[in-house]
Amino acid sequence: MENNNSSVTSTEQTKKVKKEHSKAFNVFTSGILKDNPVLVMLLGLCPVIPATTSIINALMMTIAVLFVLLFSNIIISSIKKIVPNEIRIPIYIVIIATLVTIVDLLLKAFAPDISESLGVFIPLITVNCIILGRGEAFASKNTIVHSILDALGMAIGFGIACVTIAFFRELLGTGGFTLVNPFNAEQKVAWLPLQKYAASVMVQGIGGFLTFGLVIGVFSLFLKTKVPSKNSDTALKNTFTTLHDIVECQKSERRVK
Amino acid sequence: MAAFYTALLGSMIVSNSVLAGYKGLCSYLGISKKSSSAFGMGVALTFVCVLSGLISWGLGFALRAIGIYDFMSTIVFILVISSLVQLTELIIKKFFPSLYKTLGIYLPLITTNCVVLGLALQVGGMSDPASFLEVLGTVLGVPLGYFIVIMIFSCIQERLETSNTTYNFKGAAIGLITTAIMALAVYGFSGVI
Repeated sequence: MENNNSSVTSTEQTKKVKKEHSKAFNVFTSGILKDNPVLVMLLGLCPVIPATTSIINALMMTIAVLFVLLFSNIIISSIKKIVPNEIRIPIYIVIIATLVTIVDLLLKAFAPDISESLGVFIPLITVNCIILGRGEAFASKNTIVHSILDALGMAIGFGIACVTIAFFRELLGTGGFTLVNPFNAEQKVAWLPLQKYAASVMVQGIGGFLTFGLVIGVFSLFLKTKVPSKNSDTALKNTFTTLHDIVECQKSERRVK
Repeated sequence: MAAFYTALLGSMIVSNSVLAGYKGLCSYLGISKKSSSAFGMGVALTFVCVLSGLISWGLGFALRAIGIYDFMSTIVFILVISSLVQLTELIIKKFFPSLYKTLGIYLPLITTNCVVLGLALQVGGMSDPASFLEVLGTVLGVPLGYFIVIMIFSCIQERLETSNTTYNFKGAAIGLITTAIMALAVYGFSGVI
């Protein structure tokens, strides 16, 4: 009898452990594709365009965001019981601003070239919606382990988006790829097979907006989801669109007649 | 006075905060579905930007005098902005309830807007006390540039919502491609000032 009981509890325990594992796995993977912060949720877009002029810049920006997101999630999750609800946002902002200052000073000391090319966008990570959004929506309600996994997933999602956009911009804008050692600008490897056909407009803001829009569209085609529009009812809008088109067509036909 | 107009036009059009500075894109894509909400956001942002810009300029001198500007500037400026936004919300709620109904929902969004903190960091770094007119021009020009672009874009978005776009490109994707064309127009001004 006793033996039987213990076996039942052990299976229950394994089930529980499995459930925990699958939840942790879901938390980790949702940020990478399904809820990708940049391409699906459209959060934290400010650093994307200036940081994707080259793959190295995109990687360094991802590392900066990863550092801030990871530590802000850990700190917010560990102090969630002692923070009064009314002043939680200013407290979170001060935590994030402190972490951003640490990253800014570290980059200035060890990678001055990267720090110069990213410029004001390193301090602007403070107001990046991903970091405050994850702290407010996830870390303040979940355990530390889940918050760490969430931060890692979100940062990897951010990195995938940035590196994809940077890949096309650098290839079309400079005609190849240049890998620079971020800690020593003199060590670099350049591979520029298409240098003759480089379109420098792609490494400027115009090419950034264009590539970003195209990548969002193709990503939603790939995932078979619609790009979320924040305040509209999809089905209703589609019907309205068709109706509107018909009415417009009729109007223009009448004008022609 | 020439410094004022140069700074105003320069920061409003030539180095526009959205199209040439790539700041404030979250609210730029999120708010601009309707031109009425874009107008509300623009007015609220202009108000907060002017006040926080002038305060940050003054605080920049104080921080440099104590010698802690390098590592405290971001923290101090973001605290100034978030408390200013809270204060503005309280004052408008108490004295102008009708204005609060139209602007109230946009005020908390301004705290996490890159334009405001970017302006505070830019203006806070100006260490010349004689450059007051230039600061005033920048402080007015940056939010007005954002205002102009978000108004134009919201009018385009209203047409895009009802136009026949490819299914997967509706919303943000076609919005960003439109923004690229708008950025091309602003790019033509580069080097004028």
